[in-house]
Amino acid sequence: MSALEIAAAVRGGERTARAVMEEHLSLIGAREAELHAFNLVTSEQALAAADAVDARVAAGDDPGPLAGVPIALKDNLCTTGIPTTCSSKILAGWKPPYDATVVERLTAAGAISVGKTNLDEFAMGSSTENSAFGPSKNPHDITKVPGGSSGGSAVAVAAGFAPLALGSDTGGSIRQPAALCGVVGVKPTYGRVSRYGLVAFASSLDQIGPFATTVADAAALYEVIAGHDPRDSTSIPEALPPVLPRLGDGVAGLRVGLVTELCQAEGIAPDVAARVAAAAEALSEAGAKVEEVSVPAVIYGLSAYYLIAPAEASSNLARYDGVRYGLRVDAPTTAEMYDRTRTAGFGPEVLRRIMLGTYALSAGYYDAYYGKAQKVRTLIIRDFQAAYERFDVLISPTAPTTAFALGAKADPLAMYLNDICTIPSNLAGHPAMSVPFGSGDDGLPVGVQIMANALDEVTMFQVAATLEGAMA
Amino acid sequence: MASLSREEVVHVATLARLELTDEQIDTFTPQLAAILANAADVEALDLDDVPATSHPYPLTNVWRPDVVRHAGVRDAVLAAAPAAQDGMFRVPSVLGDAP
Repeated sequence: MSALEIAAAVRGGERTARAVMEEHLSLIGAREAELHAFNLVTSEQALAAADAVDARVAAGDDPGPLAGVPIALKDNLCTTGIPTTCSSKILAGWKPPYDATVVERLTAAGAISVGKTNLDEFAMGSSTENSAFGPSKNPHDITKVPGGSSGGSAVAVAAGFAPLALGSDTGGSIRQPAALCGVVGVKPTYGRVSRYGLVAFASSLDQIGPFATTVADAAALYEVIAGHDPRDSTSIPEALPPVLPRLGDGVAGLRVGLVTELCQAEGIAPDVAARVAAAAEALSEAGAKVEEVSVPAVIYGLSAYYLIAPAEASSNLARYDGVRYGLRVDAPTTAEMYDRTRTAGFGPEVLRRIMLGTYALSAGYYDAYYGKAQKVRTLIIRDFQAAYERFDVLISPTAPTTAFALGAKADPLAMYLNDICTIPSNLAGHPAMSVPFGSGDDGLPVGVQIMANALDEVTMFQVAATLEGAMA
Repeated sequence: MASLSREEVVHVATLARLELTDEQIDTFTPQLAAILANAADVEALDLDDVPATSHPYPLTNVWRPDVVRHAGVRDAVLAAAPAAQDGMFRVPSVLGDAP
């Protein structure tokens, strides 16, 4: 059952939230040991919350648009009294004293968390192999990675553990695992969804977004979590146009640009390119005008991102010093305690990015690296703006290949290349999503990326719904 | 672009408050050098006339009413800390000998 079907059945009294939850917990019980989607499954709390939803229905109340729908939360979203680890040893044992805004909104909408999902430590990675608790496995082939960093959330949805999940996307961390696991993944416009209670990685790039098995479910979840939040100073105050009523409007007359530089980027596999071409064809058949478009500056996206994101991360992760949360390694002085705690608590990729970011921000290198990268960001935004004058949406591959084998990308740079198509959207801030569109030569899922102008999620979802319909 | 030296990596680790082992420094030095070398395309661009973007939207100051509120989470925050005493975070000695 889709999330919308579950909510309708629970609100209508045809099914109890408890029965729905028990069914999903039993699926988790059957396959979680093999897939490792979760850092923590909160069965007791989930069943209690389900009973509360059922009590409200019995009393004639409406628990909300996601009544009784199980949802998996990436373990970098704060949940009151429930461990939030970011898959890092440095947050061992920490229980947040507050809920993220998205968690509050989900609760108010009747959704029920089933647990916290695995991720690359502090969301840094593209495979979940950087988790301090071990990798998650792709449900389509457990020898393959699920993608990352929100790999656990993608696995939870793809395996049917929950019809919905939340992830966070700093350089592709929702869209790439969605593509590799064959589910829908959405990065909304930067600022559409409050980051209050999302553990910060790179604050000018981070955005929370949905995973779902259908475009309509993803849209329903987006509508619940999006909207202005005074607790996040970067939250967009503009009104939120509803998506669901316009989901079926089609693409007739829509101008679709196939981004040349992303379709021909380094490492794009022929079978992935073929699926993107097929998606372009499907949109054309549905009445869209599809043309190639050049967005020249995106070729600098990867380089700029791997200076900007580590720079912001090195600053954001300075707070993990053994004083206020999680791990402390004792030492005679506070300064030594900082050094030992941080070195013991962070895994290799996080250490690498802290080092890289600190270097890019250090005296003598700031202008050459961080300053330059920020200027490149301006070029990328300008080139996208020029493209959006001629096109309503842009499409490209989401990831260069289908899911790769666990352990296949030990070299950090090889791993970074996975994000080549997704990073430009984080730098530009516009919304982007991945929708499954068939499979590659190995039978594993391929995702097509749809990008739209800032604040135009509605058109992006319409295109996604059209592609979904073309596959049905 | 100058290649990254081992000494620079040691210096950066100090700035980042990390106590890396020799082995970690040996591993990170070529890795970081390779990542920086990959960014040479950005370093080579002439961007003197291009303004920097620190954020995807041109944000101005965000104001809210200056209202005193009680967060009410002090005890919960302290309870989650590695060590606390008398309503404060407790840390090892900062100056001089430990008590």
